[in-house]
Amino acid sequence: MSEAAASAHADHGAHEPAGFWSHYVFSTDHKMIGRQFLFLGLFMLIIGGILAMLIRWQLAWPETEVPGLGWVPEPTMYEGIIPPSTYNMLFTMHATIMIFFVVMPIMVGGFGNFLIPIMIGAKDMAFPLLNMLSFWVGAVAGVLMIASFFVVGGAASGGWTSYTPLTGAAVYTGVNWGINLWVLSLFVLAFSSLMGSINYITTLINMRAPGMTYFRLPLSIWSLFITAILLLLALPVLTAALGMLFFDRVFATNFFLPAGGMPLLWQHLFWFFGHPEVYILVLPAMGVTSDVLSVFSRKPIFGYRAMAYSMIALAFLSWIVWGHHMFVSGMNPLLGTAFMLTTMVIAVPSAIKTFNWLGTLWGGSIRFTVPLLFAIGFVSNFVIGGLSGIFMASTPVDIFIHDTYFIVAHFHYVVAGIIFAMFAAIYFWFPKMFGRMTSHTWGVVHFIGTYVFFNLTFFPMHFLGVGGHMRRIYNPMQYEYLEQFGDMNVFITISAFCLGLSQIPFVVNFIWSLFAGEKAPENPWEANTLEWSAPSPPPHGNFATQPQVYRGPYEYSVPGVEEDWLPQDRPLGAAAATGH
Amino acid sequence: MMSWLPENVSTYGGQIDYLFYLIYYITAAALILVTVLMVAFLIMYRQREGRKAVYSHGNTALEVTWTVVPAVILIMLSFMSISTWGEIKIYAPPAEYEVRVVGKQFNWDVFHPGPDGKLDTEDDIKIENEVHVPVDKVVHVQLQASDVIHSFFVPSFRVKQDAVPGRDILVWFEVTKPGQYELPCAELCGFGHSGMLGWVFVHTPEDFEKFLKENQDQG
Repeated sequence: MSEAAASAHADHGAHEPAGFWSHYVFSTDHKMIGRQFLFLGLFMLIIGGILAMLIRWQLAWPETEVPGLGWVPEPTMYEGIIPPSTYNMLFTMHATIMIFFVVMPIMVGGFGNFLIPIMIGAKDMAFPLLNMLSFWVGAVAGVLMIASFFVVGGAASGGWTSYTPLTGAAVYTGVNWGINLWVLSLFVLAFSSLMGSINYITTLINMRAPGMTYFRLPLSIWSLFITAILLLLALPVLTAALGMLFFDRVFATNFFLPAGGMPLLWQHLFWFFGHPEVYILVLPAMGVTSDVLSVFSRKPIFGYRAMAYSMIALAFLSWIVWGHHMFVSGMNPLLGTAFMLTTMVIAVPSAIKTFNWLGTLWGGSIRFTVPLLFAIGFVSNFVIGGLSGIFMASTPVDIFIHDTYFIVAHFHYVVAGIIFAMFAAIYFWFPKMFGRMTSHTWGVVHFIGTYVFFNLTFFPMHFLGVGGHMRRIYNPMQYEYLEQFGDMNVFITISAFCLGLSQIPFVVNFIWSLFAGEKAPENPWEANTLEWSAPSPPPHGNFATQPQVYRGPYEYSVPGVEEDWLPQDRPLGAAAATGH
Repeated sequence: MMSWLPENVSTYGGQIDYLFYLIYYITAAALILVTVLMVAFLIMYRQREGRKAVYSHGNTALEVTWTVVPAVILIMLSFMSISTWGEIKIYAPPAEYEVRVVGKQFNWDVFHPGPDGKLDTEDDIKIENEVHVPVDKVVHVQLQASDVIHSFFVPSFRVKQDAVPGRDILVWFEVTKPGQYELPCAELCGFGHSGMLGWVFVHTPEDFEKFLKENQDQG
């Protein structure tokens, strides 16, 4: 068996591409594609972050000159002052970029690609060429999105939710090609994600190593599996809706306009995609967190099956909660009652996951590494984001807090909180991805700054929301009842700037470690999953011999075993005799 | 946190605030519980020489408990919310006064019935960005929009309802305290969204008579 695998590998090696273009640019190696998605996402994170800083400047010091931006031409800015139309572009593009070009590329595209084959013991994806196409189609979508900043009229300004009729005709926003390009970019991006998800699903069903049953899969792989299924089912709804929106805008059809169409139809279609999308974003973060917590607690994950089943439950329920975005939209109020019930129920699997994470820490022998700190940060933020969701689930309370900063606080705790799981994943798999270790000290500095300022930025937004402070308003000082919040907005903005500055240690650490970090051993964290049996970084084809899986991924501190870890592919006793 | 809530002046606002506070206390307790446990575990179970982690894959009784308890609390919250929701959105009491509010980029057009007490007659009083209503009366608002979606938001009444082009949506409230209350638009409606602001004037019976008289000839 191992001989056959070795010769297969040698065969494969003979075809291994060596040139610069085929290695770094048009690579079909899942690990390189994963890195490409990671770099795409990190680059877009910088853009999305800068947009956020501009939003915060305007909210703290409305209609004053942004330092250093006096050169930006009119009508984007007026001597450094942000006009309302530009402000609307800022928050629209901030959300669009963060959701579609940061979290999705990094968590699903980056770690999905890098981890799936290697964690299930496969050489590569089922369709390597399709995989490459998926990245490059995604890159084209990114170029379209960035290009939309530079067309006449500026970028999209109808909110990332793009409610019609506001976005259904150029006359309402004054933005023509900005929104057209926004629609086209997301349309193209959906194809990238579809190609990726088909690949993930096929690979996971067909290419698991011998012995790797479904219930021996690490939870990060479970989460990516479910995410891929959600993507496959949710994205066609978005693409169909985007197609209709494009027709409304360019060919004057009336799908979403009141003259013959229905404005609320867009909201139904958008949120029918949009709510599963939330779980597409958060499930991989949950999976990564589960893995990292188990490894550094030196303990099996608490309730493995409950963790897998609760993710499946989240995935199913995510299809029947979309109406909770529409309680005050004019949708039939009876539907509001039904959606409230399903929404309350979807909080249960989230609670199960949280308590199981606590159970994993209980009785552990916890190693305070940088990935562990970020995983704890994710759990801590997710608890706040999950609990604040209960407020909105209650339809009467939602009447008041809908479209206020309470919602902004809520979804930043959930979706922006994913960045903690993302950093946990980057620090955890960096040695495997790049063959070098990152600096522990600078990682801790990065964590403390990010955690503290994240909470100082987003927690006070709950107070604004309770005070009735609307989201998406350009200048809160235009409202008498919001004048009291001037100081709080300044506080939030300064915290947000510090949150931005806290990312400098990460950038320096990342780049420095890439070139000059200590060389990583094969298994620096003493972890069990298969990727840690491959060299760091793994070669094309990943494994020298086909790994054989003997047990689940979380066998830490097993009684009777000398070390406190037991890799999935290490034979014990009788198995050892036949396996080698 | 809850001290930031604007003063409530509507009849049903108290019920919304009650649920708001209830959920606040429940979630605050849950947050404290989870945080204390997490910090305690992180300190108690930090890596130390000579101690190995507990080898445990879970505990069914515990897992059932923390599935059932949140489920019961959440379903209870749903049922407590249903009656308030129904009262506000489904079973509106009959109107004692009726106005029409039409959202448009970037103003509220408000139509008050004239002396005949009926809308769509010659003596209607149209005022931009001002809604005049009597205190302690059930007010029905026919909410419409002429271009894009707007949202009728009166924080002090705990009222929010989107105005959708092509639809005529009923909003009702009964205010218990005379005064002026801000009426911002809460749904992004274009570059002038911020600052799209009206006022609701809640009048005592005498003041309301005065308002009607002063505007009699305006129609």
